[in-house]
Amino acid sequence: MLSALEWEALSLSLKVACVAVGLSLIPGFAAAWWLARREFRGKALVDGLLHLPLVLPPVVVGYLLLVTFGRNGVIGQWLARVDIVLPFTWQGAALAAAVMAFPLMVRAMRLSLEAIDPGLEAAARTLGANPLRVLFTVTMPLALPGILTGGMLAFARALSEFGATITFAANIPGETRTLPLALYTLIQTPGQEGAAARLCAIAVVIAMLSLLASEWLARRARLRMEGRDA
Amino acid sequence: MLDFHLHRQQGAFTLDATLKVPARGVTALFGRSGSGKTTILRLIAGLERPDHGHLRLDGECLTGGENDIFVPAHRRRLGVVFQEPRLFPHYSVRGNLRYGMPRALTPAQRQQNQSRLHEMVTLLGIEDLLSRMPGQLSGGEARRVAIGRALLSRPRMLLLDEPLTGLDGARKQELLHYIARLAREIEIPILFVSHDTRELFAVADRLALVDNGRITASGEIGDMLSRLDLAPQTGRFEAGSLLTAEVLSHDDDWQLTRLGLGAGLSLKLARLAMPVGRRVRLRLRARDISIALETPTHTSLRNALPAVIHEIESERGHASAELVLGIAGQRVRARVDRLVCQELGLKVGLGVKALISSVALSGPDVISLDAMDDDIPMVNAAQPSAAQPNATQTDTAQAKAPNDAGSASPAS
Repeated sequence: MLSALEWEALSLSLKVACVAVGLSLIPGFAAAWWLARREFRGKALVDGLLHLPLVLPPVVVGYLLLVTFGRNGVIGQWLARVDIVLPFTWQGAALAAAVMAFPLMVRAMRLSLEAIDPGLEAAARTLGANPLRVLFTVTMPLALPGILTGGMLAFARALSEFGATITFAANIPGETRTLPLALYTLIQTPGQEGAAARLCAIAVVIAMLSLLASEWLARRARLRMEGRDA
Repeated sequence: MLDFHLHRQQGAFTLDATLKVPARGVTALFGRSGSGKTTILRLIAGLERPDHGHLRLDGECLTGGENDIFVPAHRRRLGVVFQEPRLFPHYSVRGNLRYGMPRALTPAQRQQNQSRLHEMVTLLGIEDLLSRMPGQLSGGEARRVAIGRALLSRPRMLLLDEPLTGLDGARKQELLHYIARLAREIEIPILFVSHDTRELFAVADRLALVDNGRITASGEIGDMLSRLDLAPQTGRFEAGSLLTAEVLSHDDDWQLTRLGLGAGLSLKLARLAMPVGRRVRLRLRARDISIALETPTHTSLRNALPAVIHEIESERGHASAELVLGIAGQRVRARVDRLVCQELGLKVGLGVKALISSVALSGPDVISLDAMDDDIPMVNAAQPSAAQPNATQTDTAQAKAPNDAGSASPAS
């Protein structure tokens, strides 16, 4: 059904997006919790920095990644010593996708955390639950719809990442040529309009599926909480 | 026994409260909204930290002291019932009730937890709700679950923060009945925050008045209500007194009940649905008491009790004078016109007759102090029962359990 080229682009895209979301879930939840529950000096600045990838041109993000994680970059030169090379690799593409998707994920999680009544956490503490138990038995289950939404949004964003990826990881077939990059390549090639349209359809189907899945999961979590059968 | 001195500055509001709460009975914190009652409760529970001060429970320092200790809320073992039920929406009623229970490590402990849960559920009448989710409960049901959840965590003391807020009359009465019953049956002290005089009348043994962040007076509720100098603060209690009495007999022909006040004195009122021998708390409003120098004849007032005037407060600019009478060794407030006061020549130490209309006293003014007949016998729900041979051992294990990091979900 899918051509080898299409399959390659699709599976690479899914791999990159899954790794990007998987790696940002914990730091994303931590950042969301920190912003939702703590007051500290410079909170507005941290908030602004976190949102930067959302408003910057993706190429700028890609360039900044290159400066930071390139072979001679601030962090890149240290990573190179332990043989970790990020630019022009699929891991680099995952990093670019993660950075671009991070603000969306944090935002969704933070909103759901802010909607939780702190009184419930206080009640749990008076019942003898230590902070870790409160986190795992009260805060996280109640924030679950937001965590799922955040994860799905980030996944969709990572799948569609283009600008930062092409700048930081380039367009290498089989290594960093994800679905959007493959589509771009086909559009640039004369006589490939049909193949481009097919790839375009695949992108639409994947995006729709992930949106529906997130909606279904969030609904299930909500219904369970209201005591009805999902 | 709990004793504390807590100081906290919140913007322009200064909280500086000192109080000793005895190891048994219900102590009420009474004061208008914004007087600092809830803040005091949160400071005791460890949900907020005082600027300075100390808090000791049964000799253990929870806040302050030499090393400026602050024991976090989850290690205090104080049960708190908040203004809202605060049930966890993602756990069933059973899951909520079990949340604070000590973790069962052995089959014996599991058995013990199971029976404690069963007792509590029976006591609160929530047997049929166990598998429901909190979203499906009525206001009154949710409060009862919240009270049960707090008690099942084996608290050393129960803190109730206006637990009846937002309930309608019938639900309120019902829950008040449960709380009054708990208060008589559990062996831990209860601190009850309220600004509702009816609630306090029904359950409180002691009263602490809170005004503008300070505790201005505290003592037995009967004494407090009959103290004339506290009238500005207890004013919203309709001026009156609380007496303890005992049901002596019923007259079915005339539908009357005779209550004994001690020292051979008794009064009659409309028939009560309580058996003979029941000890009750009786509220007498100051305005329902009239004064006569001799027992009058040809009057509809049939309760004429010998009394001695203890105090008179008569101020210019007021029509009425406040009296404190001694009746059968109990202090009773009465209110008469100043003019009458002068014409009858009332003065401290004078013996008079206190006339009380039997019609003025109604059922809600009489609260039972003993367990109800329909009560299910309760085996100390909140304290380890002495009957269990390994009570001491399990108690130690359970005291530690809530502190374990990352304990498993309480839901079964």
